[in-house]
Amino acid sequence: MLTPVTDTDGAPFWEYAAQGELRVQACADCGELRFPPRPCCPHCQSFAAEWRLTSGRGRVWSYVVPHPPLLPDYAAQAPYNVVMVELEETPRIRLVGNLVSRAGASLDSLDPERVRIGARVRVVFPEGGLPQWVLA
Amino acid sequence: MTVAGLKDATAIVGIGQTAFAKRLPEDEKTLACRAVLAALDDAGIAPGEVDGLASYTMEETDEVELAKAVGFGDLTFFSKVPYGGGGSCATVAHLAGAIASGQASVGVAWRSRKRGSGPRPWTNTTVQLPTPAQWTRPFGLLRPADEIAMLARRYMHEYGATRDHLFNVALACRNRANQNPAAVMYERPLTREMYMTSRWISEPLCLFDNCLETDGALACVLVSKERARDCAKKPVYVHSVAQGLPAQHHGMVNYWNDDPLTGPAWTAARQLWKHADFTADDVDVAQIYDAFTALVPLSLEGYGFCGRGEGGAFTEQGALEIGGRLPLNTSGGGLSEAYVHGFNLINEGVKQLRGTSTAQVPGAATCLVTAGEGVPTSALLLRS
Ligand SMILES: [Zn+2]
Repeated sequence: MLTPVTDTDGAPFWEYAAQGELRVQACADCGELRFPPRPCCPHCQSFAAEWRLTSGRGRVWSYVVPHPPLLPDYAAQAPYNVVMVELEETPRIRLVGNLVSRAGASLDSLDPERVRIGARVRVVFPEGGLPQWVLA
Repeated sequence: MTVAGLKDATAIVGIGQTAFAKRLPEDEKTLACRAVLAALDDAGIAPGEVDGLASYTMEETDEVELAKAVGFGDLTFFSKVPYGGGGSCATVAHLAGAIASGQASVGVAWRSRKRGSGPRPWTNTTVQLPTPAQWTRPFGLLRPADEIAMLARRYMHEYGATRDHLFNVALACRNRANQNPAAVMYERPLTREMYMTSRWISEPLCLFDNCLETDGALACVLVSKERARDCAKKPVYVHSVAQGLPAQHHGMVNYWNDDPLTGPAWTAARQLWKHADFTADDVDVAQIYDAFTALVPLSLEGYGFCGRGEGGAFTEQGALEIGGRLPLNTSGGGLSEAYVHGFNLINEGVKQLRGTSTAQVPGAATCLVTAGEGVPTSALLLRS
């Protein structure tokens, strides 16, 4: 499986995720949330940032079901879902992820028939892995 | 010179292309040379007169390699445009600006690609994985088809667009390719049943929603309108040009805008129409970037052919066919002629306005050509 190749701006997201926290970058001056992370605030141009804990709840904004040809690790689990989740507190903050049956389950663990736009979901964190989503 | 001063100041006077196929024996550099020489021959201009070049940043043949191989003169302008298929029309736009402002007198734009026989770009995870792909690739959103399918699903959900609407796009392109002996899909018809029963690539996109994988190269030659009058072929004037990168856009996964369904087409369109003497209603034929069928309804809305959310319904009742409201991708486009990062759409626009297309729209005098939607894009209005 592919693991994130992080940059200076993105590294904190993955470090918090490894600790079981879904945090989003926010401007320390004007308070606006922003994603993906970046060096300064597009609203007030401040370089002061903080990482705000989210509720970990959201809704499915859209989703796809990829079929091969895919990279081998992914082809082995295809067809699987990839969802885009908009966060409950700030819908324009959207995160790409996978809707699974339980934390740590494979990408194809949830019947694709159960994935719906608008479905309520919550984040889960498999041991040391990427954040995943389950139906709330 | 103002942007408005670009209006009809330059013209495309030569076009060239190689064969298109899943696999061609020659390398990209050789194909580039052949396409460029064919375009210059079409224009009746000697290679030694070329002093301006433009291509895509993804183009593998460097200016220096091309220049020394085909025998260009001293080059005084060269430019490359990023974001893959979003750059196609901007290569012509950059040359138009350079020629109109006196930085060059004979400009060549080109694209050469071996996508049919070469590896898929998305399989190179070393190149693909760093920012911004850290937010998408690890979750199995691996390919451009997956990235665009995400927008397509939301678009279909929000506006009631259907797979039949996407099929209308695929069919119009295929029908035109069936008329074009140079097209990969010449003499290979598509039916609704074939479409509806084809394999999925990334649901909701199936095999026929995806462009071809093609080897091939194309080029065109630009000069000032004054010089164009003395060229061998009927000039096709560059009426208006635009690039577009919307606020808060993010590569090909523009999921983080306030409104991801109003993509770069909307930004490019505002700039394009600002300086044009005519409107979308006056466009006789359109070459709209079609790496994926779903990009077409989004572009129809962005460029003003219909209202927000109406792009799917616009494709109904043969609107995109010859004789329809807006004949589309009359060479077969990326879906059915060749996928060479959209450059074939530029050359086909020129053929329509010369009156030499294999699917000629009678009396066509205006043509919109667009570059990749979903990525930072560009567009041209051409007129005869
Ligand atoms: Zn701020």
